[in-house]
Amino acid sequence: MAGAAHQISDRITINLIVNGNRRTLDLVPWTTLLDALRDHLALTGTKKGCDHGQCGACTMLVNGRRINSCLALAVMKDGAEITTIEGLARDGALHPLQQAFVDHDAFQCGYCTPGQICSAAGLLAEGHARDADEIRELMSGNLCRCGAYPNIVAAIQQVMGRP
Amino acid sequence: MNNFQYSRAADIADAIRLLAGDPDAKLIAGGTNLIDLMKENVERPSRLIDISRLPLSKIEQTADGSLRIGALVPNSDLAYHPQVAQRYPLLASAILAGASAQLRNMASVGGNLMQRTRCAYFYDTATPCNKRSPGSGCSAIDGLNRNHAILGTSPSCIATNPSDMSVALSALGALVLVAGPAGERRIALTDFHRLPGDTPHIDTNLGTGEIITAIELPPRGFALNYSYLKIRDRLSYAFALVSVAAGLELEGDTISEARLALGGVAHKPWRSLEAERALRGQPATAAQFSRAADLLLQGASAASHNGFKIELARRAIVRTLTQAASATPQSQARKKIA
Repeated sequence: MAGAAHQISDRITINLIVNGNRRTLDLVPWTTLLDALRDHLALTGTKKGCDHGQCGACTMLVNGRRINSCLALAVMKDGAEITTIEGLARDGALHPLQQAFVDHDAFQCGYCTPGQICSAAGLLAEGHARDADEIRELMSGNLCRCGAYPNIVAAIQQVMGRP
Repeated sequence: MNNFQYSRAADIADAIRLLAGDPDAKLIAGGTNLIDLMKENVERPSRLIDISRLPLSKIEQTADGSLRIGALVPNSDLAYHPQVAQRYPLLASAILAGASAQLRNMASVGGNLMQRTRCAYFYDTATPCNKRSPGSGCSAIDGLNRNHAILGTSPSCIATNPSDMSVALSALGALVLVAGPAGERRIALTDFHRLPGDTPHIDTNLGTGEIITAIELPPRGFALNYSYLKIRDRLSYAFALVSVAAGLELEGDTISEARLALGGVAHKPWRSLEAERALRGQPATAAQFSRAADLLLQGASAASHNGFKIELARRAIVRTLTQAASATPQSQARKKIA
């Protein structure tokens, strides 16, 4: 797409920085960011739940902000830095949120967990949640049908360093 | 999702030209509502015009003390902007009552104004809907209509506007700045959305090829006495059954200025100058609030399942005005309604 203001073609070439690695993709424009990562880059850690922005399973960080990747078109994110659940661990050590979810048993089936953890990483970066009520409100975009909510809140509080 | 052509607008003029040149093209910014509707085959644009990279993301004060907000400012950035949080906390509160943190990060201000109803029949392409398919009929009028409108309805449509942000903007007297083939113009937010009448497929008064460039908030922010109360089926991340935006200016216990708008009850944010006039010069008491509620709800009529909304709205109005008068606005994190 670079340079062309409104070039028309069936497939569009874009670049993404995914978990620190530059990836080039050749996509039809109706490919969501979620499908681009899962189906074209084999990064299946991010889950497809409702595919309509109602469950949060597809949450990832785009340029440091948490979004629902099922409602984003990949071609619109050309040049963006993407962080998925696969990109959170460093040098073999779990991200503090991943460790806290283990410590607090903050999941049961685990299907919503990658979205929960990426959403929590976004929440911590935003810095607007100060207590359990605010964590619950600002995590309301991530559903957990197993009902692990109390432990999810406790895990996030552990990383925030607040009771 | 249907196949479509993708264009990235080079500038505002390019976006207007592309939009005016193809009646089936759509603008896309955050995409949170449009992509969802495309997945349901409700929207089938021939072309998406990506405006997300246009320079419309500034929030700046104008010479007369208004606040101009670029159409591409994400909802979350608007809600947490220091000028908005301090001068227009009613708007911040309404935005934070809507959607989820992820969606607020994606959704633009202009897109929020353009979002479409969440009427289940509008979404279900197997059913008649005058908004989706003009002339096909309304499935909600004799269907499941618990969430539907009680004010300003027509025999063609009883859908509601789902926005929280627009309810606060209506109360605050915001202006919508648009640019189009014939130049720029300003539309009062209260005139931006339409009642359904016999053209429910037309949500707004935007003309062909027009795009929203900004909204503008007048200097008066009601920052001391305000509240946004949203009543819904779960405590977060749900559309309003009824919501109320209230702003008061008080001299002692006397109301000198009042603003009052409802969400979740009509095809547009519902505001009544008569109800606001009735509050001016009156003491800030439950009796006066109740009178204003009656005026705002004048002409309300129920379908088969949403009659409860009329009394719910009446009580919510009184409660919200009481919260505003006592400077104890509803918290969007702590859900207890005081």
